[in-house]
Amino acid sequence: MSFLSFAWNWLKSPAQWHGADGIPIRVLQHLGYSGLSLLVAATIALPLGVAIGHSGRGSFVIVSLANVWRAIPTLGLLVLMVILLGFSVLAWLIPLVVLAIPPILVNAYEGVAGVDPGLKDAARGMGMTPWQQLRKVEVPVALPLIMLGLRTGAIFVVATATIAAEIGLGGLGRYIIDGLATENYGEVAGGAALVVVLALVVQVVFVGLRRLVVPAGLRRQAKTS
Amino acid sequence: MLEPSRLRMAGSRLRTPVFAGLAVFTGVALAACGSSSPSTSSSGSPSSSSSSNPLASAAPSGSVVVGSANFPENELLAEIYVLALQGKGVKVTPKFNIGAREVYYPQVENGSVSIIPEYNGALLTTSVDPSSTAASTAQVDAALTAKLPSSLEILTPAPAQDKDSVTVTQAYAKAHNLTSIAQLTPLASSITFGGPPEFKTRADGLPGLKKNYGLTFKGFDPLDESGPITLAALVDGKVQAADVFTTTPQIITDKLVSLADPKNNFAAQNVVPLVYKKALTPTITSTLNAISAKLTTQALLQMDQAVILGHANYSTVAAGFLKAEGLS
Repeated sequence: MSFLSFAWNWLKSPAQWHGADGIPIRVLQHLGYSGLSLLVAATIALPLGVAIGHSGRGSFVIVSLANVWRAIPTLGLLVLMVILLGFSVLAWLIPLVVLAIPPILVNAYEGVAGVDPGLKDAARGMGMTPWQQLRKVEVPVALPLIMLGLRTGAIFVVATATIAAEIGLGGLGRYIIDGLATENYGEVAGGAALVVVLALVVQVVFVGLRRLVVPAGLRRQAKTS
Repeated sequence: MLEPSRLRMAGSRLRTPVFAGLAVFTGVALAACGSSSPSTSSSGSPSSSSSSNPLASAAPSGSVVVGSANFPENELLAEIYVLALQGKGVKVTPKFNIGAREVYYPQVENGSVSIIPEYNGALLTTSVDPSSTAASTAQVDAALTAKLPSSLEILTPAPAQDKDSVTVTQAYAKAHNLTSIAQLTPLASSITFGGPPEFKTRADGLPGLKKNYGLTFKGFDPLDESGPITLAALVDGKVQAADVFTTTPQIITDKLVSLADPKNNFAAQNVVPLVYKKALTPTITSTLNAISAKLTTQALLQMDQAVILGHANYSTVAAGFLKAEGLS
């Protein structure tokens, strides 16, 4: 049997769609873990990335650090956090936040640092304060990259929030880990397929968001160039 | 994120050196393979280089091969066997860290390993009779004696067991005066139980605890297999009882207690030497049986703690045990 038919046979069974360990609850839990992680990561990484991109100070150190940071194994960090902190929210939140910070930070930095110097000169020439320059020119122009960073971070987190099940929590990882433990490979395949679908949905949502927040002029420019 | 063009550049810049490096590495590895086979005699037997299958090598004449599985406790037990046998003048060739039971069992069956420390329950259900439901030490031993291939034999099992257990913290055991799983009845409805995910459904998991002791717990947390997550959950109070192996060294350091299992919900896992019959001599039998007589779960637990958490030297710990028990 192929992966797809394994997954399909499991998914189409009505038993999976009800109750406390049914798919709707597991999807909501998964989105909860992912959403909170992304929110915390964005709260840390966006202001930092924009500030570094704007000032240009410390950029080399921060961007190198963020890239090295990506090598941290999320699962290893999770187990370490459980040993150090016990079973608090931080035990799973920290590894997922750590995972999402680098793409958000690096893209925000690259976006703001890469704003055309002529554009910044023009803004200053129009009499804008540094704060106005940042808010009205640099951040909007950097939005396509900022949104790319958020989207990448979101996909990382959605695909990896399965590890919460490793420490007894819910989410879609529950199906993968329980299925492996009981040799129920239909459940494993079904759970994995749901994670893939959820990641794709998140991708689509972020593409839509990008259309909403990126100024029309920039979108037109991107199309013609 | 770097834009695609920069990524491509980085890729093409890297490609040549990486591949060259790989080629060099492969060359070295191949050379190492070619030259190392004649010198592996220290871990196996001298004849292994001429044999097409290095695993099927025969022991040098007059010597017994003591093997071990690939985890610390088993290696420690094998070390105890080796030191004790050498003390009695038996010529021993150690062949430690062979692998899992699926790998070493056929080697004992064909005599290329003469002695290996085993666990009677796991030996029975993995390699001898997967359908067996024997649970107590006596039942498991009887089943093994009846079903083992004619080339093999088990000696006297030790009281020491490395098996699943319902484990609680010392503080919890003291507060509720607990020594046995049977005493959990009035507490079960307030206990969240932790164990590996499959514990929820496997026969000696929650269904077994319900059948044998009438226990229905408040909840079940799927964690890991007697690993860091289960131990943290127990110490943290996230779960009040958990499935922990009886020789997990953190039982000592985290102050835990494994509750007695009078109804044998978990099948016996006594340490027992599995031997290739033709390699046996009366000296070997009496030496190994003398070790088994003194080897308790508590003694094994303490030695595990010394080698796993204390990073003590295996031979030092093994020799210390033999000396303390008057076996050396």
